[in-house]
Amino acid sequence: RFGQLSSGSDMAPDWTMKEVSTGTTIMAVEYDGGVVIGADSRTTTGAYIANRVTDKLTPIHDRIFCCRSGSAADTQAIADVVTYQLGFHSIELDEAPLVQTAANLFKASCYRYREELMAGIIVAGWDKRRGGQVYTVPVGGMLVRQPVSVGGSGSTYIYGYMDSNYKPNMTKDQCLRLVSGALSLAMERDGSSGGVVRLAAISETGVDRQVILGNQLPKWSTA
Amino acid sequence: MSSIGTGYDLSASTFSPDGRVFQVEYAMKAVENSSTAIGIRCKDGVVFGVEKLVLSKLYEQGSNKRIFNVDRHVGMAVAGLLADARSLSEVAREEASNFRSNYGHNIPLKHLSERVAMYVHAYTLYSAVRPFGCSFILGSYDQDDGPQLYMVDPSGISYGYWGCAIGKAKQAAKTEIEKLQVRILLEPSLRQGKILLNCLICVCYCYQQMKDMTCRELVKEVAKIIYIVHDEVKDKSFELELSWVGEVTNGKHELVPKDVREEAEKYAKDSLEEEDDSDEDNM
Repeated sequence: RFGQLSSGSDMAPDWTMKEVSTGTTIMAVEYDGGVVIGADSRTTTGAYIANRVTDKLTPIHDRIFCCRSGSAADTQAIADVVTYQLGFHSIELDEAPLVQTAANLFKASCYRYREELMAGIIVAGWDKRRGGQVYTVPVGGMLVRQPVSVGGSGSTYIYGYMDSNYKPNMTKDQCLRLVSGALSLAMERDGSSGGVVRLAAISETGVDRQVILGNQLPKWSTA
Repeated sequence: MSSIGTGYDLSASTFSPDGRVFQVEYAMKAVENSSTAIGIRCKDGVVFGVEKLVLSKLYEQGSNKRIFNVDRHVGMAVAGLLADARSLSEVAREEASNFRSNYGHNIPLKHLSERVAMYVHAYTLYSAVRPFGCSFILGSYDQDDGPQLYMVDPSGISYGYWGCAIGKAKQAAKTEIEKLQVRILLEPSLRQGKILLNCLICVCYCYQQMKDMTCRELVKEVAKIIYIVHDEVKDKSFELELSWVGEVTNGKHELVPKDVREEAEKYAKDSLEEEDDSDEDNM
């Protein structure tokens, strides 16, 4: 993997020499009956914001999503591969795929090509066997299931917030408030995260997507 | 019932004028020459029983097993050419193992049986190979899907069953399996003498009965069926191979423990002596 696309001179702009990255803050929370996932919307090449309204919540199947962080190209490519594999698997089995299966497919790609990739992915969704589930596949290709997971460069700023505000057995609305609150805090502090907050709630009945625009974000500072 | 396909039966790549592939039919005859194997699905598991004919007194007891473990939660009982069956059990094991490696969970039995059936079917398409001369019954128990039972035959077809039998006495065994439900239910009604009236209720209950049995009860019935269909005249000694998978084994497929097997065999022998009497203990 290469961090610089070309060794330009000092006169060349910063963004010609940096890979496109979803700097990011992403997170996912389980609740009884589904999951709530959220992400910011900033994609950067160096200091330039290539896309300020990015959708980092990518559908993999009807009730399974992934949150992407790291290299935009890498995560898109992996998501495409997994979407194909999972779709094929689901047709073969003639039933909806398990979230665990999707997570394992992500892990397989992320681990096998760990030297060439830069991808931190959170897989979340609903299946009839185990209900709402969140699995995290950080860089390196580990796989672990967690009730709550945060990722991306902005996540470092909200571990304290998560640890103190998350409680098990929250309702869907409590989860939505927790996620939007946490993301706003991270977007406030992390230069690589910003834009709007994208949310999605996945349950047996379907996927409910929302956008919270800049002026509607929860305000944490008085300034 | 012997049909000769003169000229059209030399390879599996040839149809006969009346639309049959004789090589596949001959393969099924190979299965019919073998001794019987049955599999029955109940409320909380699946039980297999195999009538393993002992051809020589010099054989070690328990050798030439006809029930295989395909995965922790899947068992396979076979009839037909044993070598072909062993090769297919390896195929099934690989499929189950690859699935778990790729997708991270136990292979659903329907999918496994379709994959192995696809493999068996492939050998019915070419003249360079011969079809597999064995049928087999796959059974599994899973927390989420419950007990499952599938059968694959040499043509490469796979069906799901509540109860099925393969091998030389399969017709007799199937009759016994069907009777299994009705007989147990007819008992109380016979005692009351209201046979006719309850027959109608019996038919409705029929489907219920097998589904309500537990593995422990079913093991005895399976042993009994094998003893019933065993032909004492044509075939001399046999070993009864019994295995189960279900709640009772925590989802693990294994041969039934010695004490359970002995109890089941005793039950089977005793009921045979009573000559089809309806006075068996009703569990």
